[in-house]
Amino acid sequence: MTDNGPMLKVEDIHTYYGDSYVLQGLSLEIAEGQVMAVLGRNGMGKTTLIRSIIGFTKPRTGKVTFDGADITALQPHEIVKLGVALVPQGRRIFPSLTVMENLLLGEKEGSDDGGEEPWDMDRVLALFPRLKERLRNMGNQLSGGEQQMLAFARSLMTNPKMLLLDEPTEGLAPLLVRAMGETLSKLKESKLAILLVEQNMKFALASCDYVHVLNRGRVVHSSTPEELAANEEIKSRFLGV
Amino acid sequence: MTFWLTQIFNGVSYGAIVFLLAMGLSLIFGVMKVINVTHGTYFLVGAYFGLTTLKQTGNFFLAILIGGIAIAVMGIVIERVFLRRLQGNDLGQVLITMGFVLVLQDAILVIWGPDPVSMDAPKFLASTGRIGGFSFPMYRLFLIVFAAVTAAALWFFESRTKIGSSVRAAVDDVEMAGGMGVNVPVVFSLVFGLGSFLAGMSGVLAAPWLGIQAGLDFEILPFAFVAIIVGGMGSLKGAVVASLLVGIIDNLGKTFFPEFAYFTLFLPMAVILAIRPSGLFGRAM
Repeated sequence: MTDNGPMLKVEDIHTYYGDSYVLQGLSLEIAEGQVMAVLGRNGMGKTTLIRSIIGFTKPRTGKVTFDGADITALQPHEIVKLGVALVPQGRRIFPSLTVMENLLLGEKEGSDDGGEEPWDMDRVLALFPRLKERLRNMGNQLSGGEQQMLAFARSLMTNPKMLLLDEPTEGLAPLLVRAMGETLSKLKESKLAILLVEQNMKFALASCDYVHVLNRGRVVHSSTPEELAANEEIKSRFLGV
Repeated sequence: MTFWLTQIFNGVSYGAIVFLLAMGLSLIFGVMKVINVTHGTYFLVGAYFGLTTLKQTGNFFLAILIGGIAIAVMGIVIERVFLRRLQGNDLGQVLITMGFVLVLQDAILVIWGPDPVSMDAPKFLASTGRIGGFSFPMYRLFLIVFAAVTAAALWFFESRTKIGSSVRAAVDDVEMAGGMGVNVPVVFSLVFGLGSFLAGMSGVLAAPWLGIQAGLDFEILPFAFVAIIVGGMGSLKGAVVASLLVGIIDNLGKTFFPEFAYFTLFLPMAVILAIRPSGLFGRAM
């Protein structure tokens, strides 16, 4: 653990999808225990930001540092081993694995050094009791809400220091969105850093400590959620509300 | 009755060989989406390695093992050095695996010469079995048992081990498997090595029956392709069922309509694909 430095530091990254220039010099920092929301309309680079951090789409230039280590050029599995976990857009549950196998796939023992209890099967199932009844089901036999719980649960099984959440409320019924919010606030109590990418502004602002707004691959606004909620100009210009 | 038993028995034994070859092809395609055109040539080169081992040691089972291991090493090197650089470039990959076919076929000519060779099965398998009026070569029964045991071992590996679930995860969504901490490059090498091992091993196993000669690689490869296309890519159950079907249909076809041998094989494939585009046991891709 670095002393007081940010958990994640993204410095001036430029990321391309083929020929299309998506992230155009994006920088941000997340501290330990901080929930950082990133908002923006579709196609502004939110998912690409997540992909650049986890190593799916490498930035062409710029630097990503996690917990003091330069992870810009690392493979995804190496980045995960360092303590980054992903809850991807669309959940991406493995259909030919059982719920149990989905959970065990990335299982990694946590350390107790922070005083925080590490995540294991029991603790994860206590957070998502619904999954307990589904352990033997295949990944493709779950409802959308259950899939989202599983996507969350399996990421915690890696005992991460930081969670990347890509539109966790997408397609969820209002009741489940509220449950997701409760889960997030429980996780916030541990020292987990969370990067939350969302379309659902109301949900994001209620959950986060700090918020960035993306437009055309750059951060165009950064503030507390309260400040953004009050800033009608930014909201209408960049978020369409 | 005996006639039909013999035909089906021969079909099942051929299906056993096709299964061993097809399963490797299916694993490699399932995980890496590489259409490995070299796979049939792995089969042939494996047979030659087996032949040389048998000549040196006189041990048939060692020959099977060496044939498999030699091809596994070759496959892993080809994957690491060449195919990995072309990830996502389907055409480039097909072209390079086709290129290796030509290189290996020429290497065979240089090392083992152009003439067809035969290979003897061990003495205790060279006999003829008899059940009532039905007689059969023991060696073909051995092939069927060998393939069945291999299928069971693969099933255990795939469904009951941690590495097996990593492989299935990679078949489902290779990028997300990496995002869950699965060491994807290692899984790729493992799968390519295992698939190549199966190809080399099946070449040695087939040799006492089919012989070893130039051109055998492209004679048998279409059968393996039909088996995995019909069975469904990446599906073990599909490969077993479809290989048996392919073996039996081909045998009956060659017996009844020898001049339409390929037709009897590819017509059922076309029909099955028209009804179920992802194969009998495959998922939509």
